[in-house]
Amino acid sequence: MTDPVIAVRGLTKRFGGRAVVDSVDLEVERGQIHGFLGPNGSGKTTTIRLLCGLLVPDGGQGTCLGYDIRRQSWAIKQRVGYMTQKFSLYEDLTIRENLDFVARLYALPDRRIRVAAALDRLGLADRRDQLAGTLSGGWKQRLALAACILHEPDLLLLDEPTAGVDPKARREFWDEIHALAADGMTVLVSTHYMDEAERCHRIAYLAYGRLLATGTVEQVVQGSGLATWHVSGPDRQIAALARDLSGRPGVEMVAPFGATLHVSGGDGARLDAAVAAFQQMPDLRWSRGLPTLEDAFIHLMGGARDNFAAAPTAARRSGP
Amino acid sequence: MSRRFSLSRLLAMIIKEFIQMKRDRLTFAMMVGIPVLQLLLFGYAINSDPKHLPTAVLAQDNSPFSRAIIAGLQTSDYFRLTRTAATVTEVEDLVARGRVQFAVEIPAGFGRDLLRGDHPALLVIADATDPAATGNAVGALQRIVDSALTPLLDGPLTALAPVSGPVEVRIHRRYNPEGLTQYNIVPGLVGTILTMTMIIMTALAVTRERERGTMENLLAMPVRPLEVMLGKLAPFILVGAAQVMVIAAAARLLFGVPMVGNPAVLALGMVVFISANLTMGFLFSTLARNQLQAMQMSFFFFLPSILMSGFMFPFRGMPDWAQAIGEVLPLTHFLRIVRGVMLKGNGLPEIWPELWPLLLFLLAVSALAIRRYRQTLD
Ligand SMILES: Nc1ncnc2c1ncn2[C@@H]1O[C@H](COP(=O)(O)OP(=O)(O)O)[C@@H](O)[C@H]1O
Ligand SMILES: [Mg+2]
Repeated sequence: MTDPVIAVRGLTKRFGGRAVVDSVDLEVERGQIHGFLGPNGSGKTTTIRLLCGLLVPDGGQGTCLGYDIRRQSWAIKQRVGYMTQKFSLYEDLTIRENLDFVARLYALPDRRIRVAAALDRLGLADRRDQLAGTLSGGWKQRLALAACILHEPDLLLLDEPTAGVDPKARREFWDEIHALAADGMTVLVSTHYMDEAERCHRIAYLAYGRLLATGTVEQVVQGSGLATWHVSGPDRQIAALARDLSGRPGVEMVAPFGATLHVSGGDGARLDAAVAAFQQMPDLRWSRGLPTLEDAFIHLMGGARDNFAAAPTAARRSGP
Repeated sequence: MSRRFSLSRLLAMIIKEFIQMKRDRLTFAMMVGIPVLQLLLFGYAINSDPKHLPTAVLAQDNSPFSRAIIAGLQTSDYFRLTRTAATVTEVEDLVARGRVQFAVEIPAGFGRDLLRGDHPALLVIADATDPAATGNAVGALQRIVDSALTPLLDGPLTALAPVSGPVEVRIHRRYNPEGLTQYNIVPGLVGTILTMTMIIMTALAVTRERERGTMENLLAMPVRPLEVMLGKLAPFILVGAAQVMVIAAAARLLFGVPMVGNPAVLALGMVVFISANLTMGFLFSTLARNQLQAMQMSFFFFLPSILMSGFMFPFRGMPDWAQAIGEVLPLTHFLRIVRGVMLKGNGLPEIWPELWPLLLFLLAVSALAIRRYRQTLD
């Protein structure tokens, strides 16, 4: 068993007194693709920046690639590839000029060969002399990925790399990430897309700066403790049922997925009691189902919000 | 890979900055445009050789010599007799209120003294508030007076002819005792243009990275603040050198400013001065939150530089506190270096007293800028 690539405990970051990242414990094993999920503003970007030394934590400690995140960020920067959420290469440089710049910054030997290889690997060769600012979203992501794998880092930190990219480009991007992981790179990737979460070995779910769940997708779904019924039937009746059920005690979520209605609640017994009256209705087929990952997240976030509102001081608790 | 300083990383920064500068047409135009514009503006003021300047005459002597001088002034292009004054106070008043640019006072007994060979004084008061306006006229005065008198000083009076100078033209410059001339302004212009463009350019160069979001990527990569700073400054040193050459060429071709001293000594002073300004701009960029603030800081620095360096007003004419501020500004020392080398032929030993304050400024500001440069996004 090798040491984890990322191992942090109690990671905390405050902005203006507000804990934006609050006592986060995170472990990522070598060679894994670790998904990082959570609503906007939940602290994903901030956590990633803490990991690669771009921000100094207010609390907590840990290591990244075996280096202390507080004191050895210089060493971390050599071995990490960070792809920022917003495109942050130079728009007034061409693709090749950007890559040359990065290669020189890392003082890479065989710069020309490496840049050419990166261009080929990501299919950028034909556009190598195009200004980065004139590229569309998908090409920009590829360029950004090419730039951050150029120095063959051990850890890739990808912050919402596929936001606003079309499905085909997204698919190709993920194929590439899997290929990189197969080569031994460890990847921490934040995303909003559920299908992408399912392509990760493990995921971590963050809300309001707190880590609410980690594990494989199945573990997170099961760990949410959510009970779910799937109901199918004629559209009109499903719509009426959705109206009737929402807001009943024990029913947390009522969400139509095509012709199927997902009805879920955190407390299985109360959920069953709430839906019992509707199960006799004709034309409706009821079956116990698994909640989707999205259901689990929404459920987790709801719980976190309640905690957050009930104990606002908890957010200000200082780290060890 | 070296921890402290790496030439490869510096080279990466420099190449990147050069490419960006090449693509930034507007900035490029500005860097060439500002010196050209300033040169034209100042050059016009210098080049325009004002003629027909309003002149008052106070003639307390009515000899043929006095009349010849007055006639000589009138026929010269420079002076236009607009007033005749009766008393000295009237003359003073006319000059003080700006009614005339010059007042010529011919003292009583002028003709008699001239004949006796006493070299009487012809007093000329010049309103030198705008030295460019009076410079040429003042320069022409003695010649005008001499040639006006020559025809009268023949025969037995040949001994008094202009070889020995029959009349002493005594010029009182008012309001601007140093009497700056174009020789003074053009070298000063070099320093002013460099101060303005160098500081603004660098101040913008780093804030632009922050505003465009590229700073995050730069910070995530292993690069030292010193490498970033030097990388950003290097291209501008060349730009500064180019500006200097444009101005120097213009100074020589258009305005005939001499280059008495050693150009290499001047170049040394320039490089130090340019670097001092660039680091100042870099420091501003580490303080400014956005490009507007960077711009404002630059102007905040530029203004005292222009006013208190001796470019606009004679340095020795300023109150002590202003001189104290002036001594801190790079432009002050640079002006002395440029004028010293170009006009007086100063060498390294003579400019050293001005060079070391520049070096000190450069070092202090660099150290401050490096300290202020944040390696995190906090
Ligand atoms: N530099 C900063 N100063 C103040 N607040 C910040 C800063 N960076 C992020 N925040 C706040 O921290 C919270 C978490 O932001 P972020 O980490 O970007 O979330 P995510 O990436 O999950 O969307 C947000 O509320 C954001 O407004
Ligand atoms: Mg984010």
